[in-house]
Amino acid sequence: MTGWKKLNDMTYLGKSYTRVDGPDKVTGRAKYTYDLKFPGMLYGRILRSPHPHAKIISIDASRVVNMPGVKAVLTDIKDEVFFVGDDVAAVAAETEEIANEALLRFKVEYQVLPFTVREEQAMLDDAPKVFSNRDNNIGSTQDRTEGDVEKGFQEADVVVEQTYHINVQVHNPLEVHGCIVKWQDDELYMWDSTQAVHGERSAMARHFKIPENKVHVISHHMGGGFGSKLGMKSFHIICANLAKKAAVPVKLMLDREEQFLAVGNRPSSIQKIKIGAKKDGTLTAFQLDSFGTAGIGGGAGVPQPYIYQFPNYKVNHKDVFINAGAGAPMRAPGHPQANFAMESIMDELAEKLGMDPLELRIKNDPNKTRQQEYLIGAKQFGWDKRLKSGSQKGKIVKGMGLGSGRWSGGGNRETKANVNIYPDGAVDVKIGTQDIGTGARTIVAAVVAEELELDLKDVLPLIGKSDYPWAPASGGSTTTPSISPTVKLAAEKAKNSLIVRVADEWKVTPDQVIYSKKTFTSKDGAQSLSWQEACELLRAPISEMEKWNEGLSDSGTAGCQFVEVEVDKETGHVKVTRMIGVHDCGLVVNMLTTKNQIQGGMIGEIGYVTMENRLLDADTGIMPNADMENYKIPGALEMPDFNITMFDESERGVIGVGEPPAIPGVGAIANAIANAIGAHFYETPITPDKVLMAIQGKEGKS
Amino acid sequence: MGDSNQKSGMSRRNFIKGLGGGIAGATAIAAKTGKAAQEGPHGAMVVGAGPVKISLLINSKKHELTVDPRTTLLDALRNDLDYTGTKRVCNKGQCGACTVILNGKTILACSMLALDADGASVETIEGLAQGNKLHPLQEAFVKHDAMQCGFCTPGFIMSCVSLLRENNQPTLDEIKNGVAGNLCRCGTYPNIFKAVEDAATTIKKGG
Ligand code: FES
Ligand code: FES
Repeated sequence: MTGWKKLNDMTYLGKSYTRVDGPDKVTGRAKYTYDLKFPGMLYGRILRSPHPHAKIISIDASRVVNMPGVKAVLTDIKDEVFFVGDDVAAVAAETEEIANEALLRFKVEYQVLPFTVREEQAMLDDAPKVFSNRDNNIGSTQDRTEGDVEKGFQEADVVVEQTYHINVQVHNPLEVHGCIVKWQDDELYMWDSTQAVHGERSAMARHFKIPENKVHVISHHMGGGFGSKLGMKSFHIICANLAKKAAVPVKLMLDREEQFLAVGNRPSSIQKIKIGAKKDGTLTAFQLDSFGTAGIGGGAGVPQPYIYQFPNYKVNHKDVFINAGAGAPMRAPGHPQANFAMESIMDELAEKLGMDPLELRIKNDPNKTRQQEYLIGAKQFGWDKRLKSGSQKGKIVKGMGLGSGRWSGGGNRETKANVNIYPDGAVDVKIGTQDIGTGARTIVAAVVAEELELDLKDVLPLIGKSDYPWAPASGGSTTTPSISPTVKLAAEKAKNSLIVRVADEWKVTPDQVIYSKKTFTSKDGAQSLSWQEACELLRAPISEMEKWNEGLSDSGTAGCQFVEVEVDKETGHVKVTRMIGVHDCGLVVNMLTTKNQIQGGMIGEIGYVTMENRLLDADTGIMPNADMENYKIPGALEMPDFNITMFDESERGVIGVGEPPAIPGVGAIANAIANAIGAHFYETPITPDKVLMAIQGKEGKS
Repeated sequence: MGDSNQKSGMSRRNFIKGLGGGIAGATAIAAKTGKAAQEGPHGAMVVGAGPVKISLLINSKKHELTVDPRTTLLDALRNDLDYTGTKRVCNKGQCGACTVILNGKTILACSMLALDADGASVETIEGLAQGNKLHPLQEAFVKHDAMQCGFCTPGFIMSCVSLLRENNQPTLDEIKNGVAGNLCRCGTYPNIFKAVEDAATTIKKGG
């Protein structure tokens, strides 16, 4: 095994090149699960609960089963529903219109049960229980301690104590979740808009008790997931059961509202924080009491104390169940929540200490990479021009803020890939990864092209099938560091096999054959063959499989972002005007797509902090804003100017950048708004009403 | 806020009209199904739920099809025909992913009934490239990586086609307004802006 070539010697890696499936995506040729049709295919729909908690007493489907065009009905999905939007029954019909009409004809008798959709209420002793078989609504808990917090606070000259409420965000990939299932004898084929073809295969095989090699999951193109499509969900099972019953393929795509209710969200987080520091800014202690909800699921914990070094800390967290759809991992699970609270309280501390917020961070951040990134970012951004908080007069005021992030990521050692060289010179690479928009398909092809010194167009990347060699789910910034090394090693092995074949032909030892730029030459210079000619020596294709290995990738990333905003003090409207991101990205496999991905993460932060909020009505448990007009995500008019620096550490090898850019700006945006108006924020999203309240509160005080 | 809001406003009106509580819609269906429209409760005209024959000129190709009167233009394109480049994302006129050009104007195909488009000329993403030669906007979207998952991309491109037809030298603000009704969750907006600027230059040069 050899390492990556030097950056300067590479044609693709470290450079910019357009994605291989770009032309398919801009012409509408790219077929997503949503776009596929099969002969005889039916359309599935799920009847969903209007109640946040109820027992299903009976389902009368008599007016459904005899509807012309209805081919399969499921009424035995479950007997208790736990949130508005939970599965009740399902139908498959010849057209979507018929399936939709069928949903109106079910008659369901419910026994409505008490429910709770507020974390605070759910934690009380007398709260309605989400799960009747549990003593209360508290899920998993965390207790972490380091050092002596009491002592730490005694040593502090300044102590700040605040509580932060961070609301629920919903993933909203543009292609809503869905799949098509076709049973062929006892084998299951599933076209799925998924981030994990292999994960889905295992899960479906387990659920239906069939061998894994009789389940085939395919995801050729998929329209985004952001963590919400990492695993099997109930609709997969429902779709497969409908298809089994109808004995024809069934397509079950959820709609936007179902996406908001039933297939994942980023959990809420309520963090009561106490933080202490010495006069010179040295942090001494951190204490957190937090809770949050992932609905009927878990995973609302936060990785506190985030980023900064506290010799003493105490963290206490509780997951709380409420009657809402289960959470799912979303871009850097837990980190944006931690970042918001930590960066907010750090700025408040800096203010109390009379210290520059950047200086306070530099003083307490143990990470060497970030130490350099702070300086790069501050200089590019013009941090020295930051004004004292709330010092500007006039209608429009500007503010600046900064924040930091970290992520682990890293490659999965079980990843495998198969590279094939054919006698006609063709090359392909098979790996069971999937392209969720990050450009994985392009990366796979580029790494092989780089290793074989071919053109990108000469390599056919075959991905998105569970029948291809195993690769991990696309999540946690692990894809690129998993697939790039693996594919490189498989290509290297295939190249060596071809060299052996050429050496055979020339009756020399392989070390006498030099391969460079599509040409094989013998060391003595006497013989030479083109790529094409060498391949023609093959009697059968070369097919080499390799496994991931260390040394070509790395984990652990650091980043920081600087943000400038303009706040209209009359309307409370916030416009993010500039964002600067400095992120270590290791060896960047494709500059063009990586930068795009980083920018995308930063745009997500704007939505999270200033716009997005999953509302739940306390009296009915209904989400009143389950559409794209009342639940806002960032659009073209919200775009700031971006400047992205990929901190150069190519010697570390490949690292993933899906999560890292979705973190630092969260606190940075909040702090920039606070800097502009001179008041801090304790609740997300920071919408105009909250900005106006903060301005009023401040003016009331002064 | 320009163009895009007008766009969705316009098509929502069409949608309401098309929903066919409207007399016009009902009469149209009646004419096509050969069934008489009758007066229903509250004086509304109702017709039987029979299929309706319509014709559409899609990317200059004529299609005759029979649709369920409830079928939107979007679903007719995607399900009844195979123009799946036009995407269904919100199905409520909120995201722009289903943008097509109907008789020269952008509309949201999810918010118009297919039968209301009877006889119309529809341009979709599939009609932009000439064989293997991409439209300058498509070319520029690839070059500037103005996509990630690509699910929003056709809608954006159709909005931009229309924008550049009306204004071949848009400023950055005009571009932003031109796509203000299109949403992208992957966050490719900055690259889209660059692509449109680049394509505008190419088109101006006659490319
Ligand atoms: S699908 Fe038509 S606007 Fe969203
Ligand atoms: S590229 Fe994925 S939504 Fe726009």
